[in-house]
Parts: sequence; C-alpha cells; structure tokens
Amino acid sequence: MVTLGHYLIVSGILFTIGFAGVMVRRNIINILMALELMLNAANLSLVAFSRFHVDSGGLPNFNAQVFVFFIITVAAAEVAVGLAIVVALFRLRQTTNVEDITALKF
Amino acid sequence: MIRQTTNSLLPWLVLLLPFGSATVITLFTRRWKTFSSFISVAAVLGSFICSCLIFTRTDISAPEYTWIDIRGLFNVPIGFILDDLSRLMLLVVSGVGSLIHIYSLGYMREDAGKSRYFAALSLFMFAMLGIVLANNFVMMFIFWELVGFTSYVLIGHWFERDSAAEAAKKAFLTTRVGDFGFMIGILMVWMASGSLVFDDIVAHLSKITSNPGYLTVAAVLIFCGAVGKSAQFPLHVWLPDAMEGPTPVSALIHAATMVAAGVYLLVRVAFLIQASQTALFVIAWIGTITALLGALIAMQQSDIKRILAYSTISQLGYMVMAVGLASNEAAMFHLFTHAFFKALLFLAAGSVIISLHHEQNIWKMGGLASKLKITFGTFAVGALALIGCPPFSGFFSKDAILALAYQRNLPIFSVGLTTAVLTAFYVTRQVVIVFFGKPRSDVARGGKESPPVMIIPLLVLAFFALTAGLQVVAQNFLIVPHEKEASVIPPVLAILALIVGASLSFLLYRNRESERFHVEVLRRLFYFDEFYAWLIDHTQELLARIAAFVDRWIVDGGAVSGAGAGTFGFGSLLRLFQVGNLQAYAFLFGLGVVALIYFTIFH
Repeated sequence: MVTLGHYLIVSGILFTIGFAGVMVRRNIINILMALELMLNAANLSLVAFSRFHVDSGGLPNFNAQVFVFFIITVAAAEVAVGLAIVVALFRLRQTTNVEDITALKF
Repeated sequence: MIRQTTNSLLPWLVLLLPFGSATVITLFTRRWKTFSSFISVAAVLGSFICSCLIFTRTDISAPEYTWIDIRGLFNVPIGFILDDLSRLMLLVVSGVGSLIHIYSLGYMREDAGKSRYFAALSLFMFAMLGIVLANNFVMMFIFWELVGFTSYVLIGHWFERDSAAEAAKKAFLTTRVGDFGFMIGILMVWMASGSLVFDDIVAHLSKITSNPGYLTVAAVLIFCGAVGKSAQFPLHVWLPDAMEGPTPVSALIHAATMVAAGVYLLVRVAFLIQASQTALFVIAWIGTITALLGALIAMQQSDIKRILAYSTISQLGYMVMAVGLASNEAAMFHLFTHAFFKALLFLAAGSVIISLHHEQNIWKMGGLASKLKITFGTFAVGALALIGCPPFSGFFSKDAILALAYQRNLPIFSVGLTTAVLTAFYVTRQVVIVFFGKPRSDVARGGKESPPVMIIPLLVLAFFALTAGLQVVAQNFLIVPHEKEASVIPPVLAILALIVGASLSFLLYRNRESERFHVEVLRRLFYFDEFYAWLIDHTQELLARIAAFVDRWIVDGGAVSGAGAGTFGFGSLLRLFQVGNLQAYAFLFGLGVVALIYFTIFH
C-alpha cells in the first residue's frame, strides 16, 4: 500500500537532490536543471496531497492540482528566460561556470 | 468719560514715550545726532510731566491686559501698579532722568556715538520705568533684564577702550549671577502661591508662610536679584568698574536709579521678606557688611568716580540694612534723598572731569574751588548731604536708618555708625584733594567752568539735595519714618561721627601732594577680584573641563560617532555575505528557509 508518506519521502529526496545540485554544480545549466528538479519535487508533493485529501463526495481537492499547473507554466517561462540569460552571458564571457560570474558589472 | 480714558493712558505714555524715542532714534535718526539727542530729551521730559500728573492724582488706574493665560495655572497680565511707592519712584526716576538727559546734551556734545548713547539712555528709561510700574514678577523680571542690558550697552559706550568693554561684560555677568537666584525665587513663589501678580500673592500669602523654610529660601533668592543689581556684598565688584561708562550714565544708572531698583524690589516684596525673620536677618547683615566694605575701600581710591562708586555701594548698603530692619519707609526715604545727592555728586564730578579734559585722578587735580565755582558749590552740597550734615537731606534719611538700627539691633547700629565716620572721612578727603590746595597738574591749572546746559541740572539737583530731607518737603512725597520713642542719642552720635571723620580727614589731607597712607588691602579692594579669578579658575574651569570631556567623549564620541561607527561596522559585517557567488546566496537562502521552518514548527 502506497501511502502519502511514501510520496512525501520521494518528494523530499527529489528536493534534496535538486538542492544539492544547486549547491554543488558549477555549470549554470546544470544548476537550472537542478532547480527544475526542486520545483517538480514540490509539484509531486502537491499532487500527492490532492490525491489523498478526499472530501465527503469522494472527489480529490483540485486546488492543489490547479496550483501545480501554474507552477509548470511559470517554470516553463522561467526556463525560457533563464536559458536566454545564460546564452547572452555565454556570448559575453565564453563561460557557463558560476564561479567566474561573481560581479554585477564587468 | 474722556477724562477717564486720558487718565488711564498716562501710565502708558510714561512707559512708551522713552521706548518710542529709542525706536525712532535707532531706526531713523541715527545720522542726525543733535536731532536724536533732542528727541530723547523731549521723550523723557514728556515722561516726567506724565509722572507728575500721575503723582498728583490717586484715582488713576490703567486697564490690565492679559498676556499669557494658561487657565488656572499660569497667568501673566500686562498691568501697572500705581500705589504710593511706585508713584514716588516714577517721579524720582523720570525727574532725575530728565536732569541727566539735559546734562548729557552738554557732556556728550562732541561724542561720535551720540545717537547710540541717547537711544540707549531712552531704552534704559523705558526699562527702568517698566520695573517701577510692573504689577507682576514676570514683567518686572523682563524689565529687570532689559535694564541690565542697557546698562551693559552704556558702560561699554566707549567700547573701543578695552577696559570699558571688559567692565560692561563684568557688570552684565555679575548681575546675571544674582538674577539667576531672583528667577528661581520667582518660580518658588509661583509654585507655592500659584500666582505671579503681587496683589494676588498678598491675598494668598498664607500658602507660602505656612512653610517657613520654603519662604525663607524664596525670600533670600529674590534678595539675590537685589544683591546683583544693587551691588551688595559679595556681588558688588561690578559697580566700580562700571565707572568706565560716560559720567551721566554713572549718575543715572549706577547711582540714582538702576542700583536703587534692587531696593525698590525689596520694598515691593516686603510682605514676603517680613514674614521670615531669617531672611530679614540675612538682608540686614548683608546691607551692613556692604555699607562698611564700600566705605573702607573708598578711603584709598584715587579715581574721582571710583570713590563715588564705592560710596554708592556703601549707601545702598544702608538702604538694604533698613529693609532688613523691616522698615520700608526708612529705606525709601534714603533712596529718595540718595538719588538726588548722588546724582548731583556724579554730575559735578563729571563737570570736573570734562573741564580737566577727562582727567579722573584726584592727585592730578587740586585748587579747583576757585576755578569751578558752581561745580565746587554743588559738589560741596552733595558731599555734605552724603556725609549726613544737618540740614542737608542725607542727614535726615541716614539718621532715620541709624535711629531704626539703634532701636532694633545695636551691633548693626555700631557698624552703621563706624561707616558714618568713614564716610565723612573719605568724602572730606575727596573734596580737600580735588578742590583745595594747589593745582597738581597742568590740566588742573587750566580748568574752566562747564557750559550752562550742564550747570543748570547741577543747580536743580543741589536744591533737592539740600531740601529733599526736610520734613516739610519730604512729606509731600513719601511717609517720613518716625520712631515712636525717638531717642536723641543716634542723631547726636551721627553728628559726632561726622565731625570726627571730617575734621580728621581735613587735618590729614590738607595741602597733601600725594597719598598719606598706603593700605594695600583696601587699595586692592579686599582682593575680591583676585579671589573671584581664583574661584573661577578652580570651579568654573573645572566644570568647563568636565563639560568639554562629556561633550567630546560622550556626546561626540559616544552618541554621534558611535552611531556612525556602529552603522559602518554592521555594514562591513553584512558586506562579507555579499560575495557575488550564486551558490553562496542559494546556500544562505536555504539556511534561512531551514531556520524559518525550525522556528515555525518547533517553537
């Protein structure tokens, strides 16, 4: 029997992996990907909550699912903007290493 | 009805005419010196005429205006008090003031700052009349300070001379010491009685007298104001230095009126003072000490005006002594006669000074009696009044005080009598050295009589100095004090003192070319100036150092620089986090989230 706890554990593991990725990777694209992983960990837990939060009529709570759609949309937009910045940055500095990009102005 | 309104305008006219004159001169007519001086003289004469009208009528009352009104707490009206006391003072102040204004026309005729001089003189008249008319403590205190300010301006009239500027500063600061006590005294009276108007305080007197200790402190503090202004021991040091001012100023402010304001104040608040035996005791003895001290120092001075200044201090001591012996009548009587004969002495001295081209050293004079006949005659009248020779005015008023002392306090009487001997001694010395013998310098050989504009006020004042003490004259102006069982001993002793002092001095100083005795302690004024310099060095200097330390290290160093340095340091600390590394930010952000979760869930 798969319970809410299992989902949340998976979600937590995913989030931790994502957070670790953001912390340790040097390539900015990898960091963006790890960021996506963290977002999706959150999405997973939201969907799990929705699934297990059933009202008297047997229907799940759709609020959380709507929330997840929003997150997916925003994440897509965010990736578009983020990658565009990365491309512009690469053109300027010929690097995607975050440790080389520490100043606001060059 | 119209008559009523005109009458109620009179006090305002008395007060505002000199003020108007000061304003007009300062704002418009500074360039036309002679015109300015005539405006000032006209204003004071106007004041004098109004004062005479007020004096002759007892039914005049001026409407009272509210100035500050904090309901039930603090009420300051602008109102006039018009009792016998203030009407007499009005007459004395504006009368002597008028004569001195006229005399100034002659004395200051070639002065470059004539307009400034007359403007200040008018302002002084305004302030002095304000003190006399004020019906509450606040008004009186404001005019009191204004008088101090105009005195400062007039002492420093010849400010290009360092000594004059210093003297002006000294006078102002020394009287401020007393005024501070005066202010605290006023506040104490207000706290206890809830009112500042003299009549209301009298009505609520029991509120203050119920606490004798409090009353004594308040009365003595108010007396401090008089100590400063009337140059009583230990704040007498400014008055001799104030002689740096023009001689008419010395006559008006530092002999006849302003210094008498202290005595007037004491008489005005006599209802407070007489409720406390301790306060009376303090006042009587301060007056006695001052009288003796002034007379002692005057014996060894060689400046014609300084001798008179110390004699003023001594005579003011007599008046304060009379207040301390709980007799307002005697104090006011002496104030009244003293105003005439001391103004006369100063103006006559001024006449001598001007005819000798500003020579003030008595040892460079001599033999002037034959050259300055009228000046000599009037000076002699003033001197005889001062030493209390019958039938001159000073005899009666001084005798009234001595008789009072004889009845109420024998130690004070004996000191007063000693002072009378000394007075006769130094005044005779002055007269003998200045007017008799042979001229001792070239200027003294060439001296000639002053112009009529200076002589006429001298004659008028001489007339009053001669007659103001006579019963028939004086009773028109004030209550002449009468002791019930009048003893013949005090007047006899006083005349004896006069004869001893005067003849001794005459024998010792006749035909002398230079000082006969050298008493260093008197010559150096009992080392008061040195003592104050030392005191200030050790107290004020220390206080200033402490204040500077607090300012530099606690206010500047701690509060001001501390706030700056603290912000700066905190900023440097925060700057350590701004490394620019994305992952460091992410890590800190993560830590923050963890901390938030920790606090929301586990606390």
